[in-house]
Amino acid sequence: MKITRWALAAATLAASTSAGLAQNAGSLNIYNWGNYTSPELIEKFEQETGIDVTVTDYDSNDTALTRIRAGGHGFDIVVPSNNYVPIWVEAGLLQELDPAEIPNIANIAERWRDVDWDPGRTHTVPWQWGTTGVIVNTSLYEGDINTSAIFLDPPDELKGRVNIVPEMTDIINMTVRYVGGQQCTDDRDVLRQARDKLVEAKQHWIAMDYGTVDQYVAGDMDAGVNWNGASMRARLQNDDLAYGYPKEGYPVWMDSAGILTDAQNSENAKTFLNFVLEPENAAMISEFARYANGVEGSDEFMPEDMRTAPEIVVPAEHEAAGYFSVTCPEDVQRLYTQIWTELLR
Amino acid sequence: MGKRNFSVASLPGFGTIAIITFIFLYLPIVTLVVYSFNEAASMSRWEGFSLRWYEAALANRQVQDVSIRSLVIAGWAATLATILATMAALATTRNERRFPGQTMIYALINQPLMVPEIVTGVALLIFFAMIKIATGYQGLGYLIAAHTAFCIPFAYLPIRARLETMDLTLERAAADLYATPLQAFRHVTLPLLVPGILAGFMLGFVTSLDTVVITEFVKSAGQDTLPTYMLGQLRRVVTPEMNAISTLFLLLSLIAVTVFFLLSRKKA
Amino acid sequence: MSAVEMAPHGADTDKPKAPRGDIAWRWGLVAPALIVLLLAASGPLLIVLVYSFLTPGNFGGVIREFSTDGWFQVFFTRDIFDETVGPATAHLDIFRRSITLALYTTVFAAVLGFPTAWFIATRAPDVRPIWLFLVTIPFWTNLVIRTFAIQEVIRNEGLVNTILRSLGIISAPIQMLYTDFAIMLGMAYVFLPLMVLPLYASMEKLDFKLLEAGYDLYATRLKVLWHIVLPLVKPGFIAGSILVFIPAIGAYVTPRILGGGRNLMLGNLIELQFGQGRNWPLGSALALTLLVIVVAALMVYIRATSREEGRRHG
Repeated sequence: MKITRWALAAATLAASTSAGLAQNAGSLNIYNWGNYTSPELIEKFEQETGIDVTVTDYDSNDTALTRIRAGGHGFDIVVPSNNYVPIWVEAGLLQELDPAEIPNIANIAERWRDVDWDPGRTHTVPWQWGTTGVIVNTSLYEGDINTSAIFLDPPDELKGRVNIVPEMTDIINMTVRYVGGQQCTDDRDVLRQARDKLVEAKQHWIAMDYGTVDQYVAGDMDAGVNWNGASMRARLQNDDLAYGYPKEGYPVWMDSAGILTDAQNSENAKTFLNFVLEPENAAMISEFARYANGVEGSDEFMPEDMRTAPEIVVPAEHEAAGYFSVTCPEDVQRLYTQIWTELLR
Repeated sequence: MGKRNFSVASLPGFGTIAIITFIFLYLPIVTLVVYSFNEAASMSRWEGFSLRWYEAALANRQVQDVSIRSLVIAGWAATLATILATMAALATTRNERRFPGQTMIYALINQPLMVPEIVTGVALLIFFAMIKIATGYQGLGYLIAAHTAFCIPFAYLPIRARLETMDLTLERAAADLYATPLQAFRHVTLPLLVPGILAGFMLGFVTSLDTVVITEFVKSAGQDTLPTYMLGQLRRVVTPEMNAISTLFLLLSLIAVTVFFLLSRKKA
Repeated sequence: MSAVEMAPHGADTDKPKAPRGDIAWRWGLVAPALIVLLLAASGPLLIVLVYSFLTPGNFGGVIREFSTDGWFQVFFTRDIFDETVGPATAHLDIFRRSITLALYTTVFAAVLGFPTAWFIATRAPDVRPIWLFLVTIPFWTNLVIRTFAIQEVIRNEGLVNTILRSLGIISAPIQMLYTDFAIMLGMAYVFLPLMVLPLYASMEKLDFKLLEAGYDLYATRLKVLWHIVLPLVKPGFIAGSILVFIPAIGAYVTPRILGGGRNLMLGNLIELQFGQGRNWPLGSALALTLLVIVVAALMVYIRATSREEGRRHG
């Protein structure tokens, strides 16, 4: 009796530990943001190719970078944001992509083919892209919502109801733009104004949280800095919620997929990147993650509510105010961190 | 409940506070369970009964994988930590004076408690990455080792507390009756120690289930656990699917508790 | 084997020093735990110590260049506008907040946990395990979802506010979410079994005859509680307080979700340095400072309690 129990336990251990060892020929390990990889897409890919896919999540660019740089991770594909891609490339963490091996690179929409953070698309392909703007409950406030004043100089109706996504660089950059500077500035005068503005505005904020869609819908918070996809989800549940594009400048971002230099399943990874660049498959990601994808021709496969959504399709008059966030130099990052710590003390 | 216990042990107000505590404990849990049956995608509005989130959760292979992995890791970590902690507790109690090095042992055992998870996480990330590269082994062993170390103080403290309040007369009587030390331990000390060991194991188990940040840093490909999976969702959208999974975990714990209870009844 | 034999007698020998064999036996028993701890917890911490004396690398990590800047920045700050050096008051504020909230949390958990453990320990022996499991069942869901569940209960449109409003006690919702109160409540909630279980473990063995005798001598329940019960359950109480206080002081998930992130706690500050702030040496130095504070608090605590014990035993 006792022996059987021990044998059982030993067998379980063997089974549980060998699971991590299984690196068969037909597998692929994707390291991606949480809740960002469509399960249907993975299923379809597995059925078409017979490759066994494992998705592992991360919750910030920094965690992912730290994890991969340490080595010994076993991942093949990673999906960093645009402002982190140069860091990955510079550190030699991503393989150079060969268009001959990934023919669908040709499907990348014109706008995303030659981008500042990955000139010529040599290392990454689009996954999802979006904007960081403001969300406002219009039943409380009917004024202009296309301005960062919503969270930096909130109108009386919104005071004490504002939430800020705690993205240090994005928030400080938006504030710097608001007071008339450029992103990643080290101009002390501009930074001082930005800091003063933030400190003054903070008293009107209720939280600095990755505000879930739910909290805007239920009215726990009525305005704030938010991502476009999340804002759309919120609007679909509550008509009063609207998404604004701050005219002072708002960040545009794109998460892009690349293959790791030390990937153990490079060939499968290439097959996968090629697969997600099919318009139909890119649309599957969008349908799940609720952001645009940057693949030409995927529109017709997109769900109806996304094709026309003002959060997803940037209205022409607001396009000019968008800017791609870049990687701030290290010394600017230090200044930002110090301002941020001061703000959150 | 015996009458004697009632008269002596009941302290006024304690019962009330205990009941309030249980309400405090279960209010959020009940909310969570109720909303797992909500038709709406929202966690704040009730739109009718539905099993859709259970269907979604059960159809989601990733959710299944991370749940099972969490349980496997917690089971191993709690078991190993309890065994190690029991041995350590036996070695560090029941002596009149501290033996040389005992203070250092205390410090080492409690060390994982004194450092925020993020620090242990980063330290382990760097250290384990070296081993991973050197050995090529990337299995669950790292997570189990990290969780075991983290669970040891949680298992150790209640076991030690138990040992310190334990009456040693019986043990001594056994020794006087020429029981071998092992016999004395097996038949006298161990049965008396069981509540402490049980408390230690449970603390270890729930601690392992809760260990987010360390797991996030130590995990290799395909080693997400339930909490890291959920943490990954924090920035996106948390769906009632998570409520459904949590409800299933609660159900599982109820089953485990019942089985355990029936077994211990039968034995008695 | 003779060493093992000594063990059960260890407690009642009056020898000034434990015999050599006994010590060897004890070290042997504790060794496996120490090895695991050294490999998977304490050892790697040396890396943190080393890192705190290095230079921040580009985009995270470190460069192997000696520097005391990390430690300097823990306590002092060079104003980015006028370049003057002053004490790092922002850090001090965050340390103070974290310690205060962790203390409140511990007290709150004890106020709830002590009667609860007592309640369980005074049930009939065969139903005690049921009550005990009732305490742990909520914790089979994990920390993240548990914290979310609390959020659901205390939010403006949540259960508590809805009930209070429908009863006519309040007209407008009370803002509980995103306050320090929410953090405290949440941490007490998530760490409650860490208080109840050790307390129970030491109460369960209480000899109620002692209480009976106590009632004869002291008469009031409060005095019995104070003079008899408390000293007897003290090991469990100390264990519980430590188990709640320390995770609370470095907590990361709960303050982030319930506190709304407007004010940093220590755990979040350290995370910031390892994450978006990309200043690992500062993060390491902050973590070690926290470690020193905790160890100092523990030593004061242990010394105070053992002195008291010495007094009692004469």
